Amino acid sequence: MPELLEVAIRVIVIVGAFLLLPLIVGQLEHKAMAHMQSRLGPMYAGGFHGWAQLIADGVKFMQKEDVIPAAADRAVFKLAPAVALVPYLVVMVVIPVGPGLLGVDLDAGIFFVLAVMGVGVLGSIMAGWSSGNKYSVLGGMRSAAQLMSYELPLVLAASSVAMAAGTLSLQGIVEAWEPWWLAWQAIGAVVFFVAGLAELRRPPFDMPIAESEIIMGPMTEYTGIRFALFMLTEYAGIVVLSALTTVLYLGGWQGPLLPGPVWTLIKIFALAFVVIWVRVSFPRMREDQLQRLAWVGLVPLALVQLALTGVVKVL
Amino acid sequence: MLNGPWHDDTMSEIVVGMGAGAKELATEDMILNIGPQHPSTHGVLRLRLTLDGERIGTAEPIIGYMHRGTEKLFEVRDYRQIIVLANRHDWLSAFANELGVVIAVERMLGMEVPVRAVWARTLLAELNRVLNHLMFLGSYPLELGAITPVFYAFRERETLQAVMEEISGGRMHYMFNRVGGLKEELPEGWMSRTRQAVADVRRRLPDIENLISGNEIFLARTRGVGVLTPETIRQYGVSGPIARASGVDWDLRRDDPYLAYGELPVKVVTREAGDCHARFEVLFDQVKVSLDLADACLDRLADLPPGPINQRLPKILKVPEGHTYAWTESPLGINGYYLVSRGEKTPWRLKLRSASFNNIQVLREMLPGHLVADMVAILGSMFFVVGDIDK
Repeated sequence: MPELLEVAIRVIVIVGAFLLLPLIVGQLEHKAMAHMQSRLGPMYAGGFHGWAQLIADGVKFMQKEDVIPAAADRAVFKLAPAVALVPYLVVMVVIPVGPGLLGVDLDAGIFFVLAVMGVGVLGSIMAGWSSGNKYSVLGGMRSAAQLMSYELPLVLAASSVAMAAGTLSLQGIVEAWEPWWLAWQAIGAVVFFVAGLAELRRPPFDMPIAESEIIMGPMTEYTGIRFALFMLTEYAGIVVLSALTTVLYLGGWQGPLLPGPVWTLIKIFALAFVVIWVRVSFPRMREDQLQRLAWVGLVPLALVQLALTGVVKVL
Repeated sequence: MLNGPWHDDTMSEIVVGMGAGAKELATEDMILNIGPQHPSTHGVLRLRLTLDGERIGTAEPIIGYMHRGTEKLFEVRDYRQIIVLANRHDWLSAFANELGVVIAVERMLGMEVPVRAVWARTLLAELNRVLNHLMFLGSYPLELGAITPVFYAFRERETLQAVMEEISGGRMHYMFNRVGGLKEELPEGWMSRTRQAVADVRRRLPDIENLISGNEIFLARTRGVGVLTPETIRQYGVSGPIARASGVDWDLRRDDPYLAYGELPVKVVTREAGDCHARFEVLFDQVKVSLDLADACLDRLADLPPGPINQRLPKILKVPEGHTYAWTESPLGINGYYLVSRGEKTPWRLKLRSASFNNIQVLREMLPGHLVADMVAILGSMFFVVGDIDK
């Protein structure tokens, strides 16, 4: 019975974090972006600096009509937001927040995470294909093309850390981590983070969405709660990417003075802030330019990191 | 999947499903209508693109969704009313649009405009140019996905609009020109406030420049994209900053001076590359030049002795029989009015030559061979206003 209780608590905490953290990141984006653009952002909802804006947005989305275009492939169209969202929830199960503080400690944690995250892109492709809209098709195709370019550097960079730590378990990697790894794995960290941004389709790699070109791409035809799920996916993705970068490269819960989980959260939000900052600062790349960046820049860099890791490890 | 409301009747129906193309490995062209409702067309321009994947095969601009019959309306309005109508087609350059009409009418009447009005008009025309350019300096990065510069650009626009609003009461359609001068005397202290506004904008302009101009991604998206040759420009009658970005060194303020431009050192900004980046740079430098010109006008206005700023007009203004063509360097290019009068209180014909109409026609030459993403980069760099196309 205590085991069952423990599982239940873990599940509740993870689902709670999954719902709460993206909202906090979303609110952070609202406010940080506004202040960088000499605006105030939301100020009314909830009273204090518009803290409840995203809750209000969520309530609004739930009340809206769920429109499915006549030309849409209904089943696929309905399923797509779930396919996009659920992988990030599953990934959160294996991310350690503190020593022993995680859903399940998998021996092949890294592989599990990378494999599951790749599934999320299917949601975008499904949405693009099934919407019966030319812009959505273009967006879906762009998503698919993007998948080709970032997946390899992402895996290569992650495998370098696994090599350094000598384990595939995320918890094991954090335990093996030492501060000098920051310099040792720096190239890999940058490659991983940049490729992760491309996976999330966040600016400057948001060409599958590109509201000024293909009008939100796969999401063009979505309304109401399904659209909100896509939005939640985006912010859950930011949380997952920041958490993974924290765990793999920044030593997870390791840090002086403060308790471990606090360190993890600080690192996650610092990285999420960078994701937001990049969005405010940069224009959007073109699809072929991302391919170029990936194959000419990221893949060789990831290989250099892999070689560097190997050499240092052997010495 | 192509048989929805967007279905195009000139194209045969294709059903694309899973595994399409696998049988014969043949690809089909897709016809994509950009607009009339599309965020990067700034209104209701429609482009019919034939796409192979994302590569554009043919492009056809389809215009007229906002045609308001301005020229016909001109024929049944007296000259005061015409100014109201004429300042509307390019809603970002209202003051510049008014100018052409009053210059044409004044020329036909042989009317001498008070010297203070001439200098004040020059000043306001340059401020209007800055306002217009700032809009595009903000919206163009936005189309390329940089969401921040537009807020900086609008902050500067607000600064200048405050002085424009103070003088005219309007924020877009100033209606401050009258035949024979300006509507009213400049308010007390307005000149020093304008000088301050110009100085503020000049000081903060680098905020936008530093954010976007040297950005690697911005350069990658705009350099070498949408190159226009001087030959094409002459063939299509492209004018304004777009023409000058391709090295066509032609600016009516210098080459056929009107207002007080003959006495001002008008620096004509040109670039040789002719690509999107050159067009953006020309716009940026023109803002700086216009701010300098505005300062020069303010200096000159301060030195002028007091005097009238407009002419007393008869109750019914009739323009003598004849015709004239008045063209001005509007912010977006050459804006011309061909006025034919038969001595009535309305023109017999008032032909409007607007800049964007010509500038946009060249798209069918520029777009083929580019990607859809480049289409947005090119479209944004053509700096057009749909009202100016459709009239």
